[in-house]
Formats: sequence, C-alpha cells, structure tokens
Amino acid sequence: MHVENLTLAYDADVPVVDGLTLEVPSGQLTAVVGPNGSGKSTLLRGMSRLLAPQSGRVLLDGKDIHQLPARELARKLGVLPQGPVTPEGITAAELVSRGRHPHRGLFGRLTSDDDAAINDALRAVELTELRDRPVDQLSGGQRQRVWIAMVLAQGTQHLLLDEPTTYLDLAHAVDVMNVVHAAATTGRTVVAVLHDLTLAAQYADHLVVMGEGRIAAQGRPVDVLTADLLAEVFGLKATVVEVGGAPVVVPDRRLAG
Amino acid sequence: MKSVRSRTVVLSILFAALAIVIALVSLSVGTTKLPLADVVEVLLGGGRRGTRLVVLELRLPRVATGLLVGMAFAVSGALLQTLSRNPLASPDIVGVNSGASAGAVAVIVLAGTGGGNISGVAAKVGIPLAAVLGGLLATLVVGALSVQRGVVDAGKVVLIGVGVAAAANSLVAWLLVVGDVNDAGRAAAWLAGSLNARTWSDAIPVLIAVVLLLPVTMMFNRDLSALVLGDDVASSLGVRVARIRLALLVIATVLAAMATAGAGPIAFVALVAPQVALRLTRTERPPLLTTAMLGALFVVLADLLARNGLHWAHVGPYELPVGVVTAACGAPYLLHLIGRQQKGR
Repeated sequence: MHVENLTLAYDADVPVVDGLTLEVPSGQLTAVVGPNGSGKSTLLRGMSRLLAPQSGRVLLDGKDIHQLPARELARKLGVLPQGPVTPEGITAAELVSRGRHPHRGLFGRLTSDDDAAINDALRAVELTELRDRPVDQLSGGQRQRVWIAMVLAQGTQHLLLDEPTTYLDLAHAVDVMNVVHAAATTGRTVVAVLHDLTLAAQYADHLVVMGEGRIAAQGRPVDVLTADLLAEVFGLKATVVEVGGAPVVVPDRRLAG
Repeated sequence: MKSVRSRTVVLSILFAALAIVIALVSLSVGTTKLPLADVVEVLLGGGRRGTRLVVLELRLPRVATGLLVGMAFAVSGALLQTLSRNPLASPDIVGVNSGASAGAVAVIVLAGTGGGNISGVAAKVGIPLAAVLGGLLATLVVGALSVQRGVVDAGKVVLIGVGVAAAANSLVAWLLVVGDVNDAGRAAAWLAGSLNARTWSDAIPVLIAVVLLLPVTMMFNRDLSALVLGDDVASSLGVRVARIRLALLVIATVLAAMATAGAGPIAFVALVAPQVALRLTRTERPPLLTTAMLGALFVVLADLLARNGLHWAHVGPYELPVGVVTAACGAPYLLHLIGRQQKGR
C-alpha cells in the first residue's frame, strides 16, 4: 500500500492531513501514533475511501483505490472504523458472517468457503466457544475481538484498524493487540491507529509518528521513539527506557513550582 | 444463525396463513352472511351470480386493499426504522403519511365537484400521484434537515419528522376549512384511515406498488444487514451507502404514500408491525417478509373489528374507520417505545 501526496480535509480550507506520502511495508504491522488532532484517524479514513482526498492518491497493489469498484476494493481492503454499531441481540457468529458480504451474491446462502472463513476468524480471536452469544452481552475486549474477527472473515490482504484498543483496560488491550499482531504474522499488511505509545512500540514492526497532518518520524519503534521526539511532537517530558528490545515511555511527573 | 432464519420463515408463513383466514372471514360476514364454503367457491371461480357480486365486487376490493396497504405500510416502516436506526422513525410518525395526506386531500378538495365525490382521472391517477409527491416532499425535507456531514442523526429524524407532520397536518386542516363542505366531509372520513367502500380502483395502485417494490426491497436485504453495522462498516464492506440509502428512502416513501392514497393514513401499522416482528423473530432489524405479512394481518383483523365490533358488542350497527382500531392498539405501544428509549433502551 502506498500513500502519495495525500491531502485530506473536512473543511476545504483546513487540511487535516497535508501532502502526506507513506510507503506501508507489506506483511507487517504498522502502527500510527500521534497527539490528538494530529490527523492519524483522518489518514486512516483517507486510506480506506471513507474520506475522499482533496488531492493525492492511495495506491493498493498499484491501483488507485478510488478507481476500484466498491466490491472489489472490499475484497482487498478490510477496515474497522471507530465506533461501529453493534445491533442489539446479534450473535458473535452472525456479526462475523457479515464480513463475508463482498464475497456473496444477491440471495445465495453462506457457502462452505464462507463458513470456513467465519470459523477461522472466530478461532483466530479465540471466541469459538462464545459464537452463539449475543455480542452486547460480551465484555468490551471480547466485543472488540468479535469486530476484528468480522474484518478477518472479509479475507482481505490489507487491514486498517482505527484505535482498536480504545476504552479497553490494559489486559484486554493486550488480548486485542495479540490478535492484531497474529494477523500480520500470517502475511497480511496491517495498519493500526493506536493511542498508547508503549503498546504501539511493543507490537509494531513499523512505527509512524504523526504531528500536525504530516509524518514527524517513522521507522523501527526503538529508533523512532526517543525523548526528543516526544518533547517535540507530543510536548511531553518523558524518559524512554528499553525493555526486551522495545521502548517504554515513562512520563516525568510535573513537580509543583 | 439457522434458528433465526427458520423462525423468520415459520412466522412469515404463520402470519400469511392467519391473514388469509381473517380475509376469508371478512368476506363471509356483512349484511348478508355467506357460508365460508360459498366464499371459497366464488374465489375458485364458481358460485351463484348474486354471491359472486357480493364477494368479488363489494367485499373483495375492501379486503384486498386492507391486505395490500398493511404490507405497504409495514415494509415502509421497517425500512425507515432500519435506515434511521430508530424504532420511532416510521412514516406515520415522521411526516411521510401526513405529506401524502396533504397531497391527496388537496386533490379531493380542489378537484372536487362539490358533491362530495370526485371521479374519473382526478380520482384514479390524481390522488395516488399527489400522495406520492406529498410524501416525497416530506421525506426530502426530513432527510435534508436531519443529515449532518453525510450522516443521518437518528434522534433528529424523529424530531424534525414530527415538525414536518405538524406542518402538513395544518395544511390539511386549512384545505378542509376552505373546501366545499361535502368534499371536506369525504376527505375527513378518508383521513381517519378507512377501508369503507373501497373499489378496485383503490386497490389496484397499491397492488402495483406492492408487486413492484416488495421484490426490489428484498433484493436489498443483504445490504441492509451490512447497513445496520454503521455507515462506515457498511461502506468498507463494499456497500454503496449513499446510493442505497437514497433508493430505499424513495421505496419506503412511495410504499407509504400509495398505501395512504388507497386507504388514508391508517395510523400505527408502520410503527408497530416491524417492531413486533423484530421481537418475535429476535433478529437485529425488522425482518422484511415477516413484517409485511404481519402488517397485512394487522390491517385485515383491525378492519374486521372496525366493521363488526360495535355490532357484536350490541352497541349498534355502526362502523368505525379501521384507523381508529389500529390507533387504539398502536398508541399504547408508542408510549411503551418512548418509555424504553428514554431509559436508554
């Protein structure tokens, strides 16, 4: 996936993402981090055609995503946006089966291929036992994993996830990140917007730091995440320590006076 | 998954069968009571001439109109409730029926001959056409005002819809005041939602709408299953959200407007039928076919009661408009729904 000179805006005069170019490494987990309002979620919307660009383009296997038919794009690119609507009473398996939409005809029933993809996706997020439970009765972390399973069932080579760990406690966030990481190790290209720097650094193969609509830094987490960068981009005084090869951000306490 | 599908199918068949039974009973009761066997014989193409006249020309148009407007209102409600993600957003609440009524009443009053009766082209084509235009105008206003940044605000749809309904209703009130008293009287009876004295010319426009639009709606079933997950998810699953939303809005409006033209704005069918079907099938959105069959059943049953209820209760030989009966059943349900919404579901 390749982002070329992309400018995105909700309001024509105020670009939220400003002429951004990014080469997404294939078959790896790329995490996009940045302060609030830096344009990271907007970038993801632009990469997934949920937002039309003011200028520039997004290439998927060499083709502009805005030139592809909707169904064809949906077979190549899976997206989990922020705040999806969980309908009341829908079961986990039923929700995951909706991911097969771009593969199905007008009336046909689920094929054995569809069933296999649904079962694989539920297994990947370790929710096979809860498949017949209503999603609204699951915990926040389980619910998020069901949604990821829905996108996995879509069977796409590329995945975009917008803040998949928001509102989750650390243990549940780790469960979700394990699933996301596993998706990348099976050859998929995954891009996830994350707000937790330590979690992002722990899992990402490639880290993109955004500030004010542009890329402030990118590369291996251990090279990118430094105290200087945190001060410059986030305005955060912090110490970065290394644990097991990955950087950990420890914010400095602001002392009175 | 399988149990949900079989529940939906079983309930559709059950409601359809019950609707047919009630329809047959409706055909047999009236000023001249006919044995059910005679009614069936006539429907199969036999029977005496007198019986054929009573069943085919006097009673069947009314029963058929009832079945058809029931389906049309119910499916319209299911679509609007699904599209706006709000159980209160049915055409009778958000102004579609009121808009259609204003159009139809305008034709009745302005093209009326003063004899309380309009005939010919004005009645056959004018009323349905004006109703569809009025309904579409109401939908357009509600839609345009409740969309923000391309996203429909589910709460706003109902508030703005109630406002549009009020505006359309005051237009109707004004038409009734300025119109000839006989025309106004006819329009007022029609406004209560009545199947009284329906003829084939009332039934046929609704029949055409249902026969054409119901299959089209079923083709969107799978897209609706994606749309309930939110516009962003649906769009990333390959659904062309804006286009499909617009198409379904137009279909829902035309169904409700044609039903309104055929039998008046029968209240609460569009609100109640989808929600009851939803609860019985335990699906995450109103199932279209089950809702359609339940709507048909609701209207013919209500009409049977409206026609004979007071007589059976020995109050007298009066007939009620069917809308009075559906309102009596539906109003408590509306209050229940509002209560549920305020508790945050």
